[in-house]
Amino acid sequence: MRGYLLRRLLQLPVVLLGISLVVFLVLALLPGDPALAILGPYATPESLAALRAELGVDQPLWRRFLLWLGRVLQGDLGRSVSLERPVADEIAERLGPSLLLAGTALALATVLGLAAGLAAAVRANRWPDRLLTLVMLLGISTPQFWLGLLLVLLFAVHLGWLPVSGMLPVYGAAGALEVARHLVLPAASLAVVVAGVLARLTRGALLEELSQDYVRMARARGLPERAVILRHALRNALPRLVPVIGLQTGFLLGGAVYIESVFQWPGLGRMLVDAILSRDLLLVQGGVLVMASAYVLVNLAADVAQHWLDPRIRMS
Amino acid sequence: MPTHPFPRPRLAGILLLVALCALTACAPPRDGRPDDVLVIALTAEPRSLDPHVATALNDFRILVNVYEGLVRFRDGTLEPEPALARSWSVSADGRRYTFRLREGVRFHDGTPFDAEAVRFNFERMLDADHPYHGTGPFPLAFFFAPVARVEVVDRRTVTLHLTEPFAPLLANLAYPTGLMVSPAAVRRHGAGYGRHPAGTGPFRFLRWDPRRRVVLERNPDYRGAPARPRVLVFRPLADPMTRVAELMAGGVDVVTELSPDNVALLRGDARFTVLEQGGPHLWFLILNTREGPLRDRRVRQAVNYAVDKRALVTQVLQDTALVAAGPVPRAFAWAYDDALQPYPFDPARARALLREAGVAPGTELRLLAPTAGSGMLAPLQMAAAIQGDLAAVGLAVRIETHEWNTFLARVNRGLAGQADMAEMAWMTNDPDTLPYLALRSSAVPAQGGFNAGYYANPRVDALIAQARAATDRDGRARLYRALQRVVHQDAPWLFVASWRQNAVTARAIEGLALQPSFFLLLHDVRKRAVGKAAP
Repeated sequence: MRGYLLRRLLQLPVVLLGISLVVFLVLALLPGDPALAILGPYATPESLAALRAELGVDQPLWRRFLLWLGRVLQGDLGRSVSLERPVADEIAERLGPSLLLAGTALALATVLGLAAGLAAAVRANRWPDRLLTLVMLLGISTPQFWLGLLLVLLFAVHLGWLPVSGMLPVYGAAGALEVARHLVLPAASLAVVVAGVLARLTRGALLEELSQDYVRMARARGLPERAVILRHALRNALPRLVPVIGLQTGFLLGGAVYIESVFQWPGLGRMLVDAILSRDLLLVQGGVLVMASAYVLVNLAADVAQHWLDPRIRMS
Repeated sequence: MPTHPFPRPRLAGILLLVALCALTACAPPRDGRPDDVLVIALTAEPRSLDPHVATALNDFRILVNVYEGLVRFRDGTLEPEPALARSWSVSADGRRYTFRLREGVRFHDGTPFDAEAVRFNFERMLDADHPYHGTGPFPLAFFFAPVARVEVVDRRTVTLHLTEPFAPLLANLAYPTGLMVSPAAVRRHGAGYGRHPAGTGPFRFLRWDPRRRVVLERNPDYRGAPARPRVLVFRPLADPMTRVAELMAGGVDVVTELSPDNVALLRGDARFTVLEQGGPHLWFLILNTREGPLRDRRVRQAVNYAVDKRALVTQVLQDTALVAAGPVPRAFAWAYDDALQPYPFDPARARALLREAGVAPGTELRLLAPTAGSGMLAPLQMAAAIQGDLAAVGLAVRIETHEWNTFLARVNRGLAGQADMAEMAWMTNDPDTLPYLALRSSAVPAQGGFNAGYYANPRVDALIAQARAATDRDGRARLYRALQRVVHQDAPWLFVASWRQNAVTARAIEGLALQPSFFLLLHDVRKRAVGKAAP
């Protein structure tokens, strides 16, 4: 187990290097001039040329990549040209809100997904199951940003219960309760698709377990149905669901790009969009690096959790 | 079948309700904001609150409330009037501008505003050896490029010595690039000055919480009448839908730059006030006068006749713009030629001109368009509508779209070898700016200008040069009117429209007037107390 963990952690730098290289190439292929993006349409050719030299974008591609890599290995993510501050500082400020949003959405999706899947499985092929299945399908098929806008219209504009956007009130006290109020709509919009996927899988996995001999045995022994489902069937279905939760974080991180835009959430997703639009290469690289690390680490954690839930699975 | 394993979760339901209640109904009402606190939606996170560094209208909306310049645009016009300078005089040769400064004005950091401060402001921007030149870059410093020397005559008098007569100087001084910053604050904060601004305006800077807000408070020591709002909060809301939703929910009091659809929607809603004001903006197509069918003036005129500008403005832009006749926007009332009529929509005339020029039906024209961009309104819908109109006279337009930065990079290197036409929009502060940068024959991209269609007419070059050197405004105005007629006739562009800036406020907001300059001046704005409205 320890050897496995170590090996997986050692793979992390290789994965990150690959991702960085791909992102670097894609950004280099993108047309557009970072110097022009910074100085604006009035810029003179001389000032553009000077800034290009300062940014190093007049250097050959491989050289820029190696320079960047060398600095990253020394722990320096570089300086954001559009924000005029170190990339690491910007990411540090954005990471908290991003983790809060993605974490809340993941927790919400897990609870909702498992609960709905469970409820559908125990009433399989009766109307509650059909209704839930329909809801799950709707959840999976709904574009997140559109759902986000609808939720805003209903709960913020018409009912006035929750704030429209942002993470903190714009005037007045800014406590934890305020953050929670601002978190409800974006987290819910982000959670719906993942919850739908999880619910479908939970239902399927549970139904499969419920048809197994050990379940019939448990019922024959006179165990209460609740214990049969929770302690036996769900316990056996869980190891199959955990890696899916890990994989869905990728979806959450991607979805956060839309949701953070719609809700003006000050996270990494919105930062990436702005960075790409302003051709802020170092900021894009830094942001992608952090998101990719998060994705790899969460999936590693999911693998470990799977092993812990089902010791029969060999980690090798 | 077994009995139901999960009884209705009553306790869980109650807990959930309590939690929801805590987060929603029981929370403080959103209208808890006092009436003298105004919240204004920005369209993006500000870049810098250093007026010499800033280039975006979004930043200007804050800056004009914090700072003042030597001169400013008179209310409702684009004509300079005194501000920090009490008066000014121009030498007969147009090369010396002498300003008499107001007494007793102090920057927000307590330091005095005087002739030395003025000198510091210009030298920081213009002199590469100035100790604080490194606090830039100053992308719009070219507005003052002819300023060779700033002479401090005495504490209250300062003279700008120019290398050549430069009539747009006063308008440029009224632009945010001419706002006066506190030299002491620049020395103190260095490159970080853009986050610690100090001016002399009716509001002073309080705090900037990145991605959340910029807060200004009333300047109690303002030289004029104190501002009505006690606090201004600027919120960056990049998504236009979010801006509308925040306005409807009462989260912000003033929003700007709404889409034509949203303006149309809110116009009919009694809870809001829609304000509109034409500005010094021009939306046009650059036509490639160097190669292809548009080399022929008759073809360029045909394009101008073939496109139904009125329909573009009323249908695509839903009346958020005005039809343009030539290269000078109507907002420059003093220099605008009222006699000049836009090219009428006349497809028959267009077809006749094309026949005369020997352009075969089905000739292809390539049009570059951005997907979105500063001042570009609805670039794709506009491109499609123009394509339709030109198809009707036998010109086949192929639209090529690019993301804004890519688009700018392509257009700014000139249309040769790339396209016959390109969409473009400019917002300027003087009738000189756009012709000088984009119509002069020596302003072609190879020489660092923005004349991407290679228009060249010696008469136009001469008019631009004469107008720059003219020292009396009426003489300048005559030259610009002549320029408009020549350019209109030559049709180096397809003249389309001038944008009308919009702002929408809650009905309770009073005293907001949009300026032709598009600056958002907020010192006179007040919010009627809710429920205490006059009968």
